[in-house]
Parts: sequence; C-alpha cells; structure tokens
Amino acid sequence: MTAPLLSVRHLRVEFPTRRATLHALDDVSFDIMAGEVLGMVGESGAGKSVTGAAIIGLIDPPGRIAGGEILLDGQRIDNLPAEALRRIRGKRIGMVFQDPLTSLDPLYRIGDQLQETIATHTDLRGAALRRRAVALLAEVGIPAPDIRIDNFPHQFSGGMRQRVVLALALAAEPELVIADEPTTALDVSVQAQIIALMKRLARDHRVAIMLITHDMGVVAEAADRVAVMYAGRIVEIGPVRDVVHAPQHPYAKGLMGSIPKLDGDADRLVQIPGAMPRLHAIPSGCAFHPRCPSAFSPCLARRPDLRPHGPGSVACWLHDEAAPTERGP
Amino acid sequence: MTGTPQVRADPSDRTQPSVRAGPLVRVENLGRVFDVSRPWLERLIAGVPRHAVVAVASVSFEIGRRETLALVGESGSGKSTLARMVVGLVAPSSGEVFIDGVAMHDPAQRAARRRLRRRIQMVFQDPHASLNPRWRSRDIVAEPIRAFGLVRDRPQVAVRVGELLRLVGLDPADGAKYPHEFSGGQRQRIAIARALASEPEFIVCDEPTSALDVSVQAQILNLMRDLQDRFGLTYLFISHNLAVVRHMAHRIGVMYLGRLVEIAPRGALFGSPRHPYTRMLLDAVPDLDMTGRVRRPVEGEIPNPVHPPRGCSFHPRCPHSNARCAAERPGLAPAGPGLVACHAVEEGRI
Repeated sequence: MTAPLLSVRHLRVEFPTRRATLHALDDVSFDIMAGEVLGMVGESGAGKSVTGAAIIGLIDPPGRIAGGEILLDGQRIDNLPAEALRRIRGKRIGMVFQDPLTSLDPLYRIGDQLQETIATHTDLRGAALRRRAVALLAEVGIPAPDIRIDNFPHQFSGGMRQRVVLALALAAEPELVIADEPTTALDVSVQAQIIALMKRLARDHRVAIMLITHDMGVVAEAADRVAVMYAGRIVEIGPVRDVVHAPQHPYAKGLMGSIPKLDGDADRLVQIPGAMPRLHAIPSGCAFHPRCPSAFSPCLARRPDLRPHGPGSVACWLHDEAAPTERGP
Repeated sequence: MTGTPQVRADPSDRTQPSVRAGPLVRVENLGRVFDVSRPWLERLIAGVPRHAVVAVASVSFEIGRRETLALVGESGSGKSTLARMVVGLVAPSSGEVFIDGVAMHDPAQRAARRRLRRRIQMVFQDPHASLNPRWRSRDIVAEPIRAFGLVRDRPQVAVRVGELLRLVGLDPADGAKYPHEFSGGQRQRIAIARALASEPEFIVCDEPTSALDVSVQAQILNLMRDLQDRFGLTYLFISHNLAVVRHMAHRIGVMYLGRLVEIAPRGALFGSPRHPYTRMLLDAVPDLDMTGRVRRPVEGEIPNPVHPPRGCSFHPRCPHSNARCAAERPGLAPAGPGLVACHAVEEGRI
C-alpha cells in the first residue's frame, strides 16, 4: 500500500462569531491517493467547500483551522507561512471553481492568463511558453487551440470556459486538483464532457482530484471513492459503488432515495424529514438523530466516530460495536 | 365564489372546473422574437443590421385537465420564455394560447381573461427572488385571496392562510415570520401556498426545485404530486433535469433552440426516445446506476441562438444528419405514440 498523496487528519475549522464559535468542520479525516478521484458530496452547509478551502489555505478570516493536520505527500501544509503556502497553491494544488467567469479575467486574452500561470511556476519563456499553453488548451479539448489562445473569455461558451479553467489549474502540473462544483453551472451535455475530461486527466497524469459536488450522479460517474458529509462531518466514506448502491448510514440512504432516477418506478421519492441543522444549532450526540428513522438511545447521548464497516467507514451507532447501551428501537 | 374557507381545502367540495371536455390548455404556433440589436446610432456608425433572437418558434401543444406536461431543454432552449407566454407575462410575437377556450393575448377577450386569472398561477425557480422580503409570510399567502376577493372578512382570511400553510407542510404560526427566516425549501413551500391561495386549476412551475438540495427537492416534488391528486391540478412543469421530469410528468416535450423537437408520453420518451437530441440528452445524464460504465461523450454545445444553424437546428451536432437536414427544417410528425421533428426518423433511417 502506497502512502496517500493527501492526508487530512482530524481537521477542525471554526468561525468565531459574536455569539458563539461555529464549528464548520468537526474531526474530518480522509486520504486521497495519486490518480484517484474522491467525491465529496453533501447538501448546502455540510462543509464540502470549507474542506476544500482549508486544504488550499483559503479559509476567510476570522475562520481558522482549529485542530488537526493536512499532509501533502507526507509534508504538513496547514501550518505553513503564507508565502510558502502561496508557492504550493497553483504549483502543487490546482483549483477549479463553479463559475468559470469568476476564475478568468475578462480583460486579458486567455493565452496571456495561461502563459502567466505557466511562467510563474516553470522556467518556460517565449515561444516555448506559448507552445505549452497551446498544448494545454489542446489537452483539455479546445478546438483550434492555436487560434483560440488569442481570444478573450467572453468569446468562449460556458463549457469551453470551464475547459480553460481546467487548463489553468493544470498549467503547473499539480499533484492535486480541488474541483468545487465544476459542472454545476453547465448544461447536462456539457457536464458529461467535463466529467469525462477530468477522469481522463486523473488517469493520464496521475493527478489526485477532490471533486466537491452536491450531485450524486456526477460522483457516481466520475469518482473512485466518495465521502458523504453532514453538518461538518463525514458520515460515510467508501468505494463509490458501495456507497451509491448500498449506503450504510441512514442519512446516505435517505439521500440516495431522494434522488429521482431515470429508471426505477418509485411513485414517491424517499423523504428525509426536516432540514440540515444550521451551524449554531447542531444537535448533541449524532447530528442526524432528530431526522433519523433508526435513532436509538446512544444516538442522543454520544457522537459516533467514523469506523471501518464493510468496504468503507461509517459514523453511526447502528454499525458500531461499541455503542454505549443496549440496542433497541 | 361561495362556500366557507374551511371547506375549500376539501377536494370534494371544491368548485368544479368547467365541465367542458377537451384540453385545458392549447398552445398554437406560439413564437417570440427578441430584438437584441445595438442602439440605432451604433448600428448606423458600425453599419451593422438589426439582430433578432428567435427565443420560441411555432410551438404547439395541448395539456389535458389534471395532466402534467413537462418541457425540458438546456439553457437557451426557450422553455422559460414559453412558460411566461403561457401565463401571459410575456406577449408572443405570433400564435396564441387558449386556456379553457379563452385567448390569453387577444385584446377582445380581456373581460374573460380577468375571470380566468384566478385559475392560473405560477411557481418560480428562486424563492429568494419571488417572495417580497418585507412582507410576513401570512401576508404573502393572503395576497391572492385579497386580490381576487375570495374571502371578505379578516378573521376568515387568517383561517384560510393557516389552512394553506398547513397544506404545504408549514405551521400556521410560521405566518408571522419573514421570508429570510425560512430555509430555501420552506420558502418554496410558501410560494406554493401562495399559488394555491387563489384555488387555481392550472399552475406553471418554472424550475421549481432547481435551487434546492436533493433531499429538499424530494419533499417539494412529493408535495406537488400530492396537491395535484388532491385538487385535480394541471401542471406545466419546466425543468432541465430529466430525472425530475420523469418523476413528475405524464407527457414530456423536448425543446432545442426554441423549437419542440419531440413530444411523447413519459414511458415512450424514456423507453424509446426517437429524436437524436432526446437520445443525446438521455445519454448525457449522469445516472447513479452507471457507476463504472464508460459512455459515449456528447459532441458540441447548444449554438448561439442569434445565429442558429440552417435547416434542422440540431444538424451540426447530429450523428445522423445529411444534406437534407442542413437545408430543410423538419416539422413535427407522428412517430409512435408521440410527435418527432426529424428527417432521419421520418425517412426511417433511425
């Protein structure tokens, strides 16, 4: 077993406010191997994007990493000074955001933006620099890259812009790409193209990809493993096939059942009662227990930890041998 | 309108819709062109002509009573413009919409249309934008009741608002809260309660769950189906999500660049889609069961509607296109249980 490229251990992120300290992430641990796509799923407010922002060191103050550690290829990156972190960002970790227009400067030709990024992280200059930029655009599937390189962002369609952003993220040949909702702003036909592209990049370049999305379909399609987040914690993590087809955690089960399917003949969708708790009112014990159909006494008293269960890991007293009291309905 | 507010929520006592048979909604050759020209002086200096976007072009369909017709398509396919024309928010450039026999855009039928208004409602995509942030939710829900004069005295209005909030799964006490105090799903419930307040027969839903998380989406979709069964509602359901549409609709129309390319009952459309674009859309949906399966990637993107391709709008992306497709626009023709606008289907090539 090789060492993971990215290892997140017991990560805690807090946002102090006047009234109370909000725990956006509470004891989050996971690994990503080189060449692996890890899907991070969950609903709004679950902590997916904060996890990505913490890894890349872009948590907005007063938010801060309050505990745990983040290791990139065995080296701690969560406690680095700002300058050292800035060198890692872009060079070793690439980032793709939801809206490609916010990642591109509308006043510069995309070739200039691409070449600036490459020049920042490599020694390439002049004609070689431009050749590299054209090659990157070709790599992400932009037709006629030697002409398109001189276009401005507004001359590209939404899907093509997202390809340019992917090219930017790959410019310095990073080891890890964090993609935060990369296909959410795109139409389905274009979304499928971007998913296929990301899978190919992970395979061909041995890039580890952390794919943050609310769309289980995208994860089922693109990811090797998937982590399901709820109220700032990972409740289940495992191979995508197992989590999608046989989820173990009651929240993951409810989430899968609530998705309308293209085959299946369910007349009614599975409903999880209520809504995700807000950060200032996370229930005691298991945060999911007020909405959980299988909650029993330990769920109210103590928070379950993520423990190995079958091919993955689950944080649920139903699947934990060490449940504090007798099992019962 | 007669009857106390208490009995209104009961379907058996609900005022019966018109007993006339036939579809509730009939859309005939509806089209809308938007002028996107630059200002007159700029056109003169640069010597450029006027530009027009054909957002919707000669679309015809019917919706039966108690039926859900869904329109699907990608961005720029004209589905939202079409929905707005159906309810009368946007005037068509050509064609007409008849709801229960009343023409929605005929100036001569203004009086009949005013009587019809109460029976048509709309639910929008973004419940943050569609609810007045400075009104309490009870006032938002009460507005249609007051506007149409359905219930005259104030205590009765309050009772009716409480019923409506309970109907959509909220607590009557929530009526005192403002929209920002609710989550996105709860806000969409308020929007639905407001739509139901005028006791409509026909509700146009424009992407009602697109802004919601999946588990909340499931709650809203289930609610909308329950309300349809209970009150015999007719829905025009606009969505880009094929799986949602499959869950909600009896019949589905697929739009591409402002035109209806295929319309068929749900089973036929998902079981044996005919139009190459419908097939492409279905193939592109990331489906949970596809885990590990390698798919054919889809070619190209929806073209700029200012310069749509000649002939069939889909031909540049279509694997079955030939010279005829590039020259001649196909019309909707019967194919199986539905209608398809495709030369290849008509000629039996696919």
